[in-house]
Amino acid sequence: MSEGTEALSVIFGIVAAGSCIGFLASKRRALNLEEWAVAGRGLGLILVWILLAGETFTTFSVLGISGWIYSRGGPILYVLVYLTLAQIVVFFVGPGLWELGRKFGLQTLGDFFAKRYGDRFLAMTVGLAGVFFLILYLQLQLTGLGLIVEVASFERVGRTPAMVCSTVVVAGFVLASGVRGVVWVSVLKDFLLVAVALVVGIGLPYIHFGGIGPMFTELIKAKPGYLTMPGGTTNLTHSWFISTVCVNSLLLGWPHFFGSIFTAKDGDTVRRNAIIMPFYMIPLILIVFAGCAALLVAPGLPNGDLALLAVVRRTFSPWVLGVIGGAGALTAMVPGAIQILTAATLFAKNVYRPLVSPELSEEDTALVAKVAVGGITAVALCLALNSSTTLVGLLIVAYSGISQFVPGIILGLYSRRVTSRGVLFGMLAGFAVAGSLIFTHQDPFHGINAGFVGLVANVVTLLAVSRLSRPTPNGFESSGALPIRRI
Amino acid sequence: MLKRPSTFSILLALIPFCAMCFSVPLWDRVDPRVFGLPFNLFWIIAWLGLTPLVLGIMYRIEKKR
Repeated sequence: MSEGTEALSVIFGIVAAGSCIGFLASKRRALNLEEWAVAGRGLGLILVWILLAGETFTTFSVLGISGWIYSRGGPILYVLVYLTLAQIVVFFVGPGLWELGRKFGLQTLGDFFAKRYGDRFLAMTVGLAGVFFLILYLQLQLTGLGLIVEVASFERVGRTPAMVCSTVVVAGFVLASGVRGVVWVSVLKDFLLVAVALVVGIGLPYIHFGGIGPMFTELIKAKPGYLTMPGGTTNLTHSWFISTVCVNSLLLGWPHFFGSIFTAKDGDTVRRNAIIMPFYMIPLILIVFAGCAALLVAPGLPNGDLALLAVVRRTFSPWVLGVIGGAGALTAMVPGAIQILTAATLFAKNVYRPLVSPELSEEDTALVAKVAVGGITAVALCLALNSSTTLVGLLIVAYSGISQFVPGIILGLYSRRVTSRGVLFGMLAGFAVAGSLIFTHQDPFHGINAGFVGLVANVVTLLAVSRLSRPTPNGFESSGALPIRRI
Repeated sequence: MLKRPSTFSILLALIPFCAMCFSVPLWDRVDPRVFGLPFNLFWIIAWLGLTPLVLGIMYRIEKKR
């Protein structure tokens, strides 16, 4: 058997096993919108942990982190930090959000805005923007998946067919099992990924340098200053680090992350989950080690995103590469699935229903969501096939965007003074400022993350407009007196 | 409106933010090496372990209220 065939059959086996789990997970449950989107609000601590970890531990965590340490060095530490600090935000608002979710039947981020502010236009804007950012994130998963399968199969499977096939599979199990299916695929993915992280994070330094300490000694000697900020860059400085960590720790604004809070069986589960979440960073640290090894073993690659796979291919036998390829494919498919599912639900509930037919029943909304799965997947796939942005570039745009939802969420929970106009104009100001900085290549702006600048504009506008506009009744307190009948 | 968290747990929550984010110029260096790791990486790893501890204490405080 040639090395390509060997690696390819392992990849295929893993992806097939994952897909079977995905298709069978919800076999004996009635798949209404509530079960499909939030697993009937019935997941316990371990499953919620796996779901949230599955969402945050994406292709970016494997290829992007090793790629960044390869091409940029020290600044990559921001990932470990923001993922940990984000849990503190969830610790505070999670249980309260869950409680509101159960009481008012909230399933999506758009539902939250619609109910709290009683403003359909605001909810629709959130819905549309949410779908847009989710498609960017989805595009990132698909691009990463194509890279992984291509390299891990020794170029036996091209990027395009790999992306097309796995995207179809993902859309399939999203349709068949909803969020519960994703959780169970994630269990398999997590086991494989921890194994892969251990092999590459400890194996590579030991095989090539005789240990982790010696590897760092050699790296520091070969590239002094690379492991601290700004590392291999000129503009990723300490002020960039602080502002980026602040923006990204608001990952609560990700519609799929927000939605998965509602899958827990109670608010306490959400909070305990936030406490144990930082332990999930251990595999990421191992990936950082592997990226450092790649820097010394396989220097001069044009695309940093390929660094990890290149060094693994030089070091281990093909089947190991196959396991990494398979695990990597699942790492793209799990978050990809949850992003498709969330985007489809957001579209159906918060864009289509209020816009086209407000009287749409729950069953028909679920149907629209399932049709939307196809559309959203197709758009993301086309973007992924036709664009050449690096993984990190996409992610930075998306994070700068989703963080603009968060002032409206947090102030909406704790303050009476915010108004729907304030939230809407604040959010639009945030998008405009962050977007124009990013697209005119001014990110970071004088050493500050563009999303952070946008966030400042957002909060200032929000407070100013809220002061000037008529108070908005809080839909969580005055239920029944709202212009919207159903959420 | 949600009940605001206690001031004490908010203060506790600021500890990881200060230790890992705002204080970056103080710990972002290679020396001294700890367990063979560059100091910045060691510092982050240590706080990945300490943050759940801080959160655990906050959990107890919030639960009592």
